[in-house]
Amino acid sequence: MSGASKHLATAHSVVEPGPWAKRIAGTLVVLYALITMIPLFWIVTTSIKTPPDSISYPPKIFNFTPSIEGYCNLFTTRSRQTQEYIESLGPATSRCDQIARDRSMVVVGESNYWPRFVNSIIIAFGSTFLAVFLGTLAAYGFSRFRVPLKDDLLFFILSTRMMPPIAVAIPIYLMYRELGLSDTALGMILLYTAINVSLAVWLLKGFIDEIPREYEEAALIDGYTRMQAFFRVVLPQATTGIAATAIFCLIFAWNEYAFAVLLTSGTAQTAPPFIPTIIGEGGMDWPAVGAGTTIFLVPILVFTILLRKQLLRGITFGAVRK
Amino acid sequence: MRLLGKTARKAGIGLVSAMALSTALSTAAQANELTLCWAAWDPANALVELSKEFEAQSGITMKYEFVPWPNFADRILNELNAGGKLCDLLIGDSQWLGGSAENGYYVKLNDFFDKEGIKMEDFAAAAVNAYATWPKGTPNYWALPAMGDANGWFYRKDWFENPEIMAEYKAKTGADLAPPKTWTELKQIAEFFQGRQINGQTVYGAAIFTERASEGITMGATSALYPYGFKYEMTPGKYDMEGAVNSAEAVAGLEMYKAIYDCCTPPGYTDSYMGEGLDAFKSGQVAMMMNWFAFMPGMAKDEKVGSVTGFFVNPAQNIPASTLGGQGISVVANTDNMEGALNYIKWFANPDVQKKWWALGGYAVHNAVLTDPGFKDSQPFAGAFLEAMNQVQDFWQEPAYAQLLQAMQKRLHDYVVAGNGTAKEALDGLIADWTVVFEEEGKL
Amino acid sequence: MAQPADLIGRAAAATPKRIAVKVKGMSDTAMAWLFIGPTMLLLLAINIFPLIWTIQLSFTNYRANRPNAEVENVGLRNYERILTDPDVWMTMQTTAQFVLWTIILQTVIGFALAYLIDRKFRGHAFWTTVILIPMMLSPAVVGNFWRFLYQPQIGLFNYIISFFTGVEPNSFEMLGSVNLAPWAIVIVDTWMWTPYVMLICLAGLRSIPDYIYEAAEVDRASPWRQFWSITLPMALPFIMLAVLFRGIENFKMFDMVVLLTGGGPGSVTEVASITLKRAAFEAWRTGYSSAFAIILFVAVFGLANIYVKALNKVKER
Repeated sequence: MSGASKHLATAHSVVEPGPWAKRIAGTLVVLYALITMIPLFWIVTTSIKTPPDSISYPPKIFNFTPSIEGYCNLFTTRSRQTQEYIESLGPATSRCDQIARDRSMVVVGESNYWPRFVNSIIIAFGSTFLAVFLGTLAAYGFSRFRVPLKDDLLFFILSTRMMPPIAVAIPIYLMYRELGLSDTALGMILLYTAINVSLAVWLLKGFIDEIPREYEEAALIDGYTRMQAFFRVVLPQATTGIAATAIFCLIFAWNEYAFAVLLTSGTAQTAPPFIPTIIGEGGMDWPAVGAGTTIFLVPILVFTILLRKQLLRGITFGAVRK
Repeated sequence: MRLLGKTARKAGIGLVSAMALSTALSTAAQANELTLCWAAWDPANALVELSKEFEAQSGITMKYEFVPWPNFADRILNELNAGGKLCDLLIGDSQWLGGSAENGYYVKLNDFFDKEGIKMEDFAAAAVNAYATWPKGTPNYWALPAMGDANGWFYRKDWFENPEIMAEYKAKTGADLAPPKTWTELKQIAEFFQGRQINGQTVYGAAIFTERASEGITMGATSALYPYGFKYEMTPGKYDMEGAVNSAEAVAGLEMYKAIYDCCTPPGYTDSYMGEGLDAFKSGQVAMMMNWFAFMPGMAKDEKVGSVTGFFVNPAQNIPASTLGGQGISVVANTDNMEGALNYIKWFANPDVQKKWWALGGYAVHNAVLTDPGFKDSQPFAGAFLEAMNQVQDFWQEPAYAQLLQAMQKRLHDYVVAGNGTAKEALDGLIADWTVVFEEEGKL
Repeated sequence: MAQPADLIGRAAAATPKRIAVKVKGMSDTAMAWLFIGPTMLLLLAINIFPLIWTIQLSFTNYRANRPNAEVENVGLRNYERILTDPDVWMTMQTTAQFVLWTIILQTVIGFALAYLIDRKFRGHAFWTTVILIPMMLSPAVVGNFWRFLYQPQIGLFNYIISFFTGVEPNSFEMLGSVNLAPWAIVIVDTWMWTPYVMLICLAGLRSIPDYIYEAAEVDRASPWRQFWSITLPMALPFIMLAVLFRGIENFKMFDMVVLLTGGGPGSVTEVASITLKRAAFEAWRTGYSSAFAIILFVAVFGLANIYVKALNKVKER
């Protein structure tokens, strides 16, 4: 099927739809895109509302006063105290402190959001790096060498993604308990790497298959070792594929919830299981949740926009191959 | 390694340093730090404020891991089972004591108490029994009672005492509008308020627990079931549930809970626990709210509704009864800072600290606090708290309690919220589920 | 296609001896394992070994929260229990219904979108990127926010519905009603994953060579005819692929349901993953849930294999 991908490049140059068809199609697509953006719009605007505004009825769509209270609440924990007690503490030390005091509360400390965010970065990027690294090696191996039972191995690699995460987590939980890897960044990195590497091998094998062997042969003749040929000839040719694969792995590791919620409890917990537990005095503190969600979405949105071409290529490519 | 190119070597170094970094991160938590794990709620934040004194005294930095109630049991039990090192100190639910003691997750505190002169007789007997002992009632202590709690009620005093509303209620029902003494009265009041316009806003009767995933609806419904006369067993310790769990009284209690759910809760109140209840109450949506005593100090200080909120103990019906909450503080056996953790317990047991704990919004159960002549009037809910703690009943404390709880959550939610079957069928089904569990446990 | 071994051999033969030694310095198999080995090792440690462990545990009554209890071999009892439990079959049925409806909606909308985008109106590249955004987000984090959107009074969803239909916003409960809750989840899943189906369909549409349409034009085939006799059949393998991927993913659905309904009201949205999670990580019936995990694994594997066979038949046509 790999030939099909070549057609991606050749557009329908002769069979052009008429201007009306284009206009109608454009309108419908834009309409759809705008509708799907409503939840995102709501997340971002909620993050800059005050808690009362965020839960007002009817919902305040534009008619609210922006506030940083959501971001303050995201990064602090607060305790409700009597007015006399608050006055005994002396003046507020920061803007957030002042906001809290206006609501008869005192800031008692920092929240756990930032450490969770840092965990997310370490685990997502660490596992992505490892998965892509191992995946590139393995993909090259599968692409260039005769491996016994190649097809079975390839299918086996892919099948590891089919299990429901909860099912996989049962033995992993027991194994990590024995090894002392529970709630460690290393444990999560290894797990995400193992899950991502299957996708990485499949995607990258497709890209490497397309790099002509003649290049390496020439390099070998020029006196390179196989390893040198791999690193100096094959790798530079495969950068698009590697970038595309890396984004996929990153999206998975960044967004993963089920394993994180079962295998981490604090020290190595990532942001996705943490954000839904940001509560105020009562139920969810929606502005703080909105703020946490917004901050969490930024990196992945930036990546998506910067690398959208590779991403599109990767998705369509993977689909075509498999 | 000559075969591997420069990039590979770099990658290898990267990998090793990543591993080193993560190890460093996971061990950095020791030194002179203590992590205390509890549920994320008002009292926990008050404890942070209280503990600043301990930090100043001991030079130990306190870190906190507060988990919202719906995930609390799930996450912390998972952590304990995994042998994790997240928590040094844990304020855990009473039902966990059995398992945690038997599996060695908690440190047994008897020797430490003796050495430091901490006497359990200084704490309320009911609290010690519920929050500290395993097996129940024996002098084996796995925790220090930290926080007494029971399910109680909040109501809008300003509405209940509004002459117009009172007159209308009198005309409609022939009774005086006052905090209900029975569930029948509670329903009558809730029905009266449901859909009424007050201050230009539509209000609703009562907020009750309906949460599905953890323990919400069980804690809520038992607050109706116990006063009606629901029992777990005919003879304690025999697991003969037929006739106790599904007695005519129990069926009536469950029907009452569903009736209140159907008639008098705010819209969207289908999967709600403490947080949703507080939101409904604070935004002026409901006349009454079922919730834990733990939230009363915070509510009394609320800048909007604090001054107009009243509190009452769970209404009786056939007998007076309340659903038990509350926790003890335990030292996690896996801790790297045993000395610091024990020091914290010692500090916390100090009568002066216990008094300040009560003042800041924690339910101290130290006798120095409870027997203080001024206690009953120190807070508007103090009297109700003492009353409630004298009539508490608790869920199964079996090691398989989680499985028993899951079955009850499912049966209750299926009947009350999803509206499947009858109350009798739900309770009969519950007996069937529990029987399977006890058979598996070899107890039946 | 020449085998790599021959190539290396030929290359070696054609080069001076010093280099030939370097190339042949390592046997081909050794080289292959050097490349593939680390990955295989990792998968062995994190996938295969645990899988074998799960199989072994599934024949016991082991509980991970009772380290001191004796573990007994119970033979096939766990399997027997699960397969005869009506609640488990309910859960499977619920899962199947989710898979079915999300696939139908996502395929129809996704293909329609791909078809429209393939009209190549001005700015289609930009809008394609915008449409893709939901699938980049975390189902847990964003799913959590949908719970807010679905609140009957304060949420935006009911308000918008009320704005367009005039129904009172608090007269219906997306997450609390037995009839609507499954649809609430289907809507979020469709919102999130339609772009994915759209992309694969787009790849399919773009793989259709122009000359086929040109030939159809020559034959004066109507656009309608062209769609049914060229576009759809030729894109079908891609659509089927998208269905396969979404099917597998939605069979595993967990985060979104946990955060939106937690399986409620009652048990109407309790999918297999939630049942499994409750058994494995709340009740800690490790042996029992291992058996459940194996049953799910066999089910996914079996269904996926049957489907792939069907897919290959379609491709061969």
